[in-house]
Amino acid sequence: MTAAAVPSLPRRALSRPEMGALIGALAVYVLFWAVAPSFRQLDSLSTVLYQSSTLGIMGLAVALLMIGGEFDLSAGVAVTSSALTASMVAFQFTLNVWSGVLVALALSLAIGAFNGFLLVRTKLPSFLVTLGTFLMLQGLNLAITKAVTGNVATDSIRDMDGFDQARNVFSATIGIGGTDIRVTVLWWLGFAALASWVLLRTPYGNWIFAVGGNQDSARAVGVPVTFVKISLFMLVGFAAWFVGMHQLFAFNTMQSGGGVGNELLYIAAAVIGGCLLTGGYGSIAGPVIGAFLFGMVSQGIVYADWDPDWFMFFLGAMLLLATLLNLYVRKQATRRRRT
Amino acid sequence: MTEQAAPLVPLVQLTGIGKSYGTIRALHGVDLAVNAGEVSCVLGDNGAGKSTLIKIVTGLHRHTEGEFRIDGEPVRPSSPREPLARGIAAVYQDLATVTLMPVWRNFWLGSELTRGRGPFKRLDIDRMKRTADEALRAMGIALDDLSQPVGSLSGGQRQSVAIARAVHFGARVLILDEPTAALGVKQSGVVLKYIAAARERGLGVVFITHNPHHAYMVGDHFTVLRLGTVELSAPRAEVTLEELTLHMAGGAELAALKHELARVTGVDTGQLPEANEGSTEGSTSTERK
Repeated sequence: MTAAAVPSLPRRALSRPEMGALIGALAVYVLFWAVAPSFRQLDSLSTVLYQSSTLGIMGLAVALLMIGGEFDLSAGVAVTSSALTASMVAFQFTLNVWSGVLVALALSLAIGAFNGFLLVRTKLPSFLVTLGTFLMLQGLNLAITKAVTGNVATDSIRDMDGFDQARNVFSATIGIGGTDIRVTVLWWLGFAALASWVLLRTPYGNWIFAVGGNQDSARAVGVPVTFVKISLFMLVGFAAWFVGMHQLFAFNTMQSGGGVGNELLYIAAAVIGGCLLTGGYGSIAGPVIGAFLFGMVSQGIVYADWDPDWFMFFLGAMLLLATLLNLYVRKQATRRRRT
Repeated sequence: MTEQAAPLVPLVQLTGIGKSYGTIRALHGVDLAVNAGEVSCVLGDNGAGKSTLIKIVTGLHRHTEGEFRIDGEPVRPSSPREPLARGIAAVYQDLATVTLMPVWRNFWLGSELTRGRGPFKRLDIDRMKRTADEALRAMGIALDDLSQPVGSLSGGQRQSVAIARAVHFGARVLILDEPTAALGVKQSGVVLKYIAAARERGLGVVFITHNPHHAYMVGDHFTVLRLGTVELSAPRAEVTLEELTLHMAGGAELAALKHELARVTGVDTGQLPEANEGSTEGSTSTERK
């Protein structure tokens, strides 16, 4: 390959999946910077990042699954299921909270495996399969919590063994450069770096693209399609566990009806980040920027003193704009390539 | 052909092959030999048994009569694994590549090169790109940028990448299922060029098509299937393009049709092509070299 044949830097940058989201994020950042003086402070950035991080961790896993060609509508309530499990197991059996944390991990991975297994065996669309688990989990969350605690929320595990230790892992606050950063931000960026490496630099990442892009071709050249699909669902399970643990150790107690509707926010973050809804295309930087956009809008509205009721409207408009921008950018990039 | 002349043993040889699905006989008494450095064309209308034949050779279906030999050794494969391990690779029209993925990732899909060990095992991207480029160039495919998605290539180039891939991963016999069916004239030319290139490299090629013009451009041997049996089997020297086209179009049936049309006023049968009855009879006895 000659040096001249390699496309120029701007051309390559334009063909990146997350380019649309990056432009959008810059625009939103500049907007709030202009209209909301308090948005400019470092503490505000730390709050925005914290907002972005919990959504972002789930967004990473959901994006990988989407690149692999599938959805998980149960991802939102699965976070709650995991936290409820950890809380109730630890409280009811008066165990060290870590036992509850481990049981919750096993359950979350099992939910993911169940989704994946059902999908692979029935060959039904994942939309349908996970819609089923979504409704089932939503019911189980309420019913079991009520049956066990007699209440819609779990009992506080604040005073139990291992709580402080677990909180340091999942929900600590660290002072960096004159501001306080929640540890989930570091986990989020760390997971993102790892996920990006796996996606772009390992055979498994290559398989994710292939399975989402053309499942039958992938199988024909020996890619273990079943393994890839099930493991991706289990990865979403893992992320749900992690975020669930964060919520539990941040609030000591868990509301059983939570998480409903979040699954769509995760999907939106991935789509804003340039992941193709139909699979086979996307990046990790994309959903990271997508989640950051969410964080900025949700906090920016508060800092700008706008009516927070408008939040969802802004999200929806952003989703549409980002999708159109992605479409436009992708067309530009592929058209230039052909010449 | 004698037993000592080892190089002359066909890579793939089918003798009296047949396949029945319950009471339905899809294929019966088919002979086919694929030699190294030879393009063997299999022609036939829809439903003639072409797909059944490929499925037998690639191991997707097991034959119910006759003998299937690879390198002179009888086999009864139960899955595509055995034929694949022995160098028989099929390139399907629609299954060839993942369009959204870069060329080099497609090329190595399922057989990725890695370096490092344990958790640090990672793709050896430089080597993958370099080797893919070399393998493509060896087949005469020069691409400016291996990072472009396969979907941005033309249909002909896409097929060619799939062919180059099969060759690189040790295929000795390439089975091409209608590689030119969905392509325009120019793109078909691209694919035909790479079929010729594969032959130059000493591969045996089974070229399945229903286009006698494409077949005649690269073929060394032609087999026309009709209703599950061999209608014509002839080496290039013994058949002309006109005869081939006629057999594809139904040969004897056409002659009968012409006869009937002659009775209908207003149809000028004098300008219709002659059905060559002689070659139809002569060629059903299979020729072997």
